[in-house]
Formats: sequence, structure tokens, C-alpha cells
Amino acid sequence: MITFMNNSDSEEEPCNERTSLMSAESPPVPSYQDGLQASEAGEAQAHRKRRAGSSRGPNNIAGGEMSGSGVPVRERALENEEEELTLKYGAKHVIMLFVPVTLCMIVVVATIKSVRFYTEKNGQLIYTPFSEDTPSVGQRLLNSVLNTIVMISVIIVMTVFLVLLYKYRCYKFIHGWLILSSLMLLFLFTYIYLGEVLKTYNVAMDYPTLFIVIWNFGAVGMICIHWKGPLQLQQAYLIMISALMALVFIKYLPEWSAWVILGAISIYDLMAVLCPKGPLRMLVETAQERNEPIFPALIYSSAMMWTVGMAKPDTAARGPSQQTWDAAEDGREHLRSPSQAESQISEMRSPVPTHPATSLEELEEEERGVKLGLGDFIFYSVLVGKAAATASGDWNTTLACFVAILIGLCLTLLLLAVFKKALPALPISITFGLIFYFSTDNLVRPFMDTLASHQLYI
Amino acid sequence: MTLAVFFGCTFIAFGPAFGLFIFTIARDPLRIIILIAGAFFWLVSLLLSSLIWFIAVKASDPQDERLQKGLLIFGVMFSVLLQEAFRFLYYKLLRKAIEGLVALSEDGCSPISIQQMAYVAGVGFGLMSGAFSMINLLADALGPGTVGIHGDSQLYFLTSAFMTMVLIFLHTFWGILFFHGCEHRRWWEITAVVIMHLTVSGLSFCNPLYVGSLVPSYLLMAAAATWAYLLSGGSAQNLRRFLLCLRSGASPQPGS
Repeated sequence: MITFMNNSDSEEEPCNERTSLMSAESPPVPSYQDGLQASEAGEAQAHRKRRAGSSRGPNNIAGGEMSGSGVPVRERALENEEEELTLKYGAKHVIMLFVPVTLCMIVVVATIKSVRFYTEKNGQLIYTPFSEDTPSVGQRLLNSVLNTIVMISVIIVMTVFLVLLYKYRCYKFIHGWLILSSLMLLFLFTYIYLGEVLKTYNVAMDYPTLFIVIWNFGAVGMICIHWKGPLQLQQAYLIMISALMALVFIKYLPEWSAWVILGAISIYDLMAVLCPKGPLRMLVETAQERNEPIFPALIYSSAMMWTVGMAKPDTAARGPSQQTWDAAEDGREHLRSPSQAESQISEMRSPVPTHPATSLEELEEEERGVKLGLGDFIFYSVLVGKAAATASGDWNTTLACFVAILIGLCLTLLLLAVFKKALPALPISITFGLIFYFSTDNLVRPFMDTLASHQLYI
Repeated sequence: MTLAVFFGCTFIAFGPAFGLFIFTIARDPLRIIILIAGAFFWLVSLLLSSLIWFIAVKASDPQDERLQKGLLIFGVMFSVLLQEAFRFLYYKLLRKAIEGLVALSEDGCSPISIQQMAYVAGVGFGLMSGAFSMINLLADALGPGTVGIHGDSQLYFLTSAFMTMVLIFLHTFWGILFFHGCEHRRWWEITAVVIMHLTVSGLSFCNPLYVGSLVPSYLLMAAAATWAYLLSGGSAQNLRRFLLCLRSGASPQPGS
């Protein structure tokens, strides 16, 4: 059996604590007032609370109460206008997530359909120890359920371990863990992927070229994901590592186990995010209490926050030029590691002075974005990739699963706009995806094949 | 069968639809969502109709050719009726959505009108219908093979592509007509759409006699296009002004 390095555990890890939907909030609104504390608290609420773009109400009110200045009135007026624009912003957010999810799925499906390596059976992960090569159907079903139990237990243990580490402030450990896992993804998995693609298209590449390509790809990826980089490059890297991870799952998870695991993990996601004692919920709440961003490099964010271009007469934070430069980077502060967060929080929470409401609104428009955990990308792509790999060469099934997942994501975002709190992104989409996979493969395919053979159109 | 057939058939079947998508739908996020939701509704209708057909086929004798053919005809008709039923359901959903959008907007009017929604919903239905008919064929066209080697028509891919294109257009126009009929309570428009759809599907039973299926379908498409254009506020005047590149109120300038 093939096993992976223990670092791959951290791959399971991100799958769990990433499986929540978050939306970015803009710090400046609560930080109308002076005082680092107020802005920090506002910042905390902004980043840690997962809300749709319009749900700035509590932030505003909290920020206003903190400051005690005459600002709250204006904040509440703004808040009403913001509420009205919910659906319009909601639609934009949905598209901001449709595009990366679609791109990830396209990469996975294109690879599955062209590169043989990812559909060949070559052993199993140690997380799915039971083999599915059994003669009877009942035994196979039992083995897949047992595999699922093992996998979900591993995920639960890892998540709880991570939450404990976070609670006891072992930031160095977590940071090191995350760096090791992204190192493995960016270098080892990319090397394997590139090798297989070159083999498929029969292209020769010498080792020096390979080394340079992989080194550049990986190094820039590490920098973009863990430190600073252009937003779109960072998004592209996150999509690529999600696709690579999904391909690994598609290759190494046995058939039936994969489907049962997909179902089980959406149930787990639902419970971990919504139950009061769920590990993911505790993670979010702890992060909120401490005013820290949740782990960098594991969340896909669709928007950068710009505080550039705003007049800042308050020089308590720092000088103007430095402010501008830092503000541009500060927009990406959610990517910074928690260990650096404390030292940098003072820089990042530059208080926004009073200025006309309209310019603030424009600022809000640019700043609002939605965040989606990378685990969601991975499992969506696993579902669609499995559909592409195993649905008897049928493209209709893949297309149906794709549309089902997008609609599930749309509904989840709608719920996010309504409930304004952290929501699991997996359950609805995976349920729709599974229903459509099995029904399209078994019911629609014979119907469409019969119609096509007689060239009938419905 | 090579890349030439693949690309040719892809562009014939989906070119106009992608043009419509890129120029009219891709810019507005709300329209993209309505498009995908329309595709989803079509998919659900297909699912239910294939469920019924599947049950009927499994419950019947597989050896009886006539019965299977009859079940197929029944399956096609039932699927058409179910698609139109789901179009009606989608209309109801979009109506509710418009009320929500109006309530949430600043100036009391929705960012998208029901006519625009009708058009986008039609394109959604059409794209999904076309994709399901055509994608597997395109995938096969990439690989090796000879079309019609067993005596079937050699124009199979080409006619499928043309049929898909006309079907996508028809769904777009039917969307506009159907929603207009629902809006203004003109039931005869709705029944006209249903009858047109049944006709087009029924005509496809003439295949491989393509004259009997493609030509009437294109004529029906032209009729539906004119009707939808007139219902959307178009007129011969507007058309002439558009073609001559006139601005409203300006005099015609040759070469402008």
C-alpha cells in the first residue's frame, strides 16, 4: 500500500477547518473613531464573523458603542442603505465564487479526462485501510463504510488537535505545519502532476529545466500564499493546490468509499460548524475573541481590501506614505499568520477618519468580498472529478453535477445573506451533487442514449 | 472525424448561444445566476421525465419493439410537457424574486425586468438542453470513426449540430413568449409555445429525413423570433433604424 508522509495529515486538516463560508468585512466602518481598541474590536468582528456584505449592522453598532462618539447615527444610516443592497451584492459575491470553483473543476475534469494516471488504481491511502476488492456487494459496502469511519475519525482528531493547539496558542507549531503542507503540495504534488502530464503528451523535459520550473512555481507559490502577492496570483495558486489535492483524493480513494466519504463529510461539516461545541465553531469563536485572522493560506478570498486613497488626518498610526504602502498590504492581513498578527495588528487597524458617506460606500463596495474554505473547493472538485472519471465516459453526468454544485453554492450564499453567520458550504452542494450524479448516471443516461441513437430531440 | 468536425460542430451548435451569453449575460452577475438556475430547472425536469420513462421501460417487455417505440414517443412527449411545466414553475420563482429585488432596492424598481429574466431563462433552458443533446456527440467526434458506416446518414454530426442550434434559439424565444403570456394572462400564447415545442420534438421523429425535421424547425424558429421580437417592443421601424445605424430622431447618414 502506498502511504503518504504524515504531513499529509495537515492536508486533511485544512479540509475540515476550511469547510466554512466566510465573508470579509471592512474594518474602516467600525473604525470611524480614534483609538486602536475600537478599531481592533471592529476589525475582529469584521473578519471573524462570517457575514454577507451587507451585514455590517452589528459591527457598526458595536463600533459606535466602543467609540461613544457621534458617529453611530451616521453608521446606522449607512447600515440601512447597505441592507438594501444585499441582493445586489449577493449576486456579485456569488459570481466571485462561481468563477474559481468553476476553474478548479475545469482543471480537475480536464486532467482526469486526459491524464490516465489519475484514474489508475495504484493502492490506497492509509486513511482508507479496507480494500474494496471483495467478491460480495455487502462486504464491499461494509468496507467502504468502515473506510469512511476511519477517515472521518482521522479528520475529527486532526481538527480537535488543531483547535487545541490554537486554544493554547501554539502558533509556531501550527504555522510550521501549514508551511510544511503547502511545501509538499507546491513541490511534490506539482512535480508528480507535471511528470504525468508530460508523459501523457509525450513531451521530453530535461532535469535542469524541470528543476527551474518547479522551483519557481513552488517558491512564488509559497510567497504568494503565506506572505504577500498580487491577489489574482494568490487566487490562482489556491485554485491550483485545491485541484492537485482533489486529484490526489480521486486517485487514491476507492470507488464506493469516495461517495460515502463525500456524504459523511458534508454531515460532519454541518455539525462541526453549526453545533455549539463543534470544533470549527469553537475555532471561529476563539479567533474572534482574540481578534485574530483564521489561518492564512487555507481560505480563498475573493476581494482585497483597499484603504488606499482615503484621507487620514489621524497620524496616530504612522506617517502618510508608510500608511499608504501598509494599507495596500494591510488589505491582505487575513493572510498573515496568527503569530505575526499581534505585532501587526496595531499597524493594520489604521483608524479611518470621518469623511463623507458616499466615499465610504464606494470603499465598502470594493472591500466586500466573500471567503470560501479550500476544503470546499477540494470536495466539490472531488465530486465532479469522480463523476468525470467513473460515469461510463458520459459528459452529461459531469455537467449535471457541475450545475448542481453551483446551484448548491448559490443557495448557501443566499442562506449566508439571510442568517449572517458562519455556514458550512458543503452540505447543500454535495447533496445536490450526489443526487444528480446517481440519478443522471442511472436514469438520464439510458434515456438520452436512446434519444441520441434515434436522433430525437426533446 | 477529427478536430475539424469537432470544432465545426461545436461552433455551429453553440456559437450563437455563446455570443448571446458573452454580449448580453456575462456582464451582469444576476443574469448569470438566473441562467444557471434556468439550466438547473431544465435538468430537474429531464430527471423526472427520464425517471418516468425508465420505470415504464423496466416494467415492460424489452423484446416488444413496437411497445418500446411507443414508450419512447410517450417519453419524449411527457418530457416536453414537463419542461414547459418547469418553465412555468421557474416563472413563478422569478416573479417572487422580482418582488424581493424591488423590496430591497433603493428606488423601488428592480435591477432586472421580467422580460430580461424571460430571455435569460430561455437561454438557460436552451443551453442546458443543447449541451445534453450535443456534448456526448462532440466527445465522440474527437475520436476515430466513420460516420454512417452501417448505412445510417453520413450527416449525423452536422445535422445534430444544426438541430441543437435551432433548439437553443427556440428555447430562448419560447422563454420570452411564455413569460409574456404568463405576465399578461394570455393563455393562448402559452399553449402556442407548448404546441410548438411538441411539434418540433415530434418532427424530430422524421430523422434521418432531415428535410422533414430541420426545415420546419427553422421556419418555426423564424416565426417564434418574429413573434418574440414584436412582443418585446420591436417593430419594423426599429429594425430599419437599427440596420441603417440611425440614432433615434437623427436623419439617416449614409456611411455612418
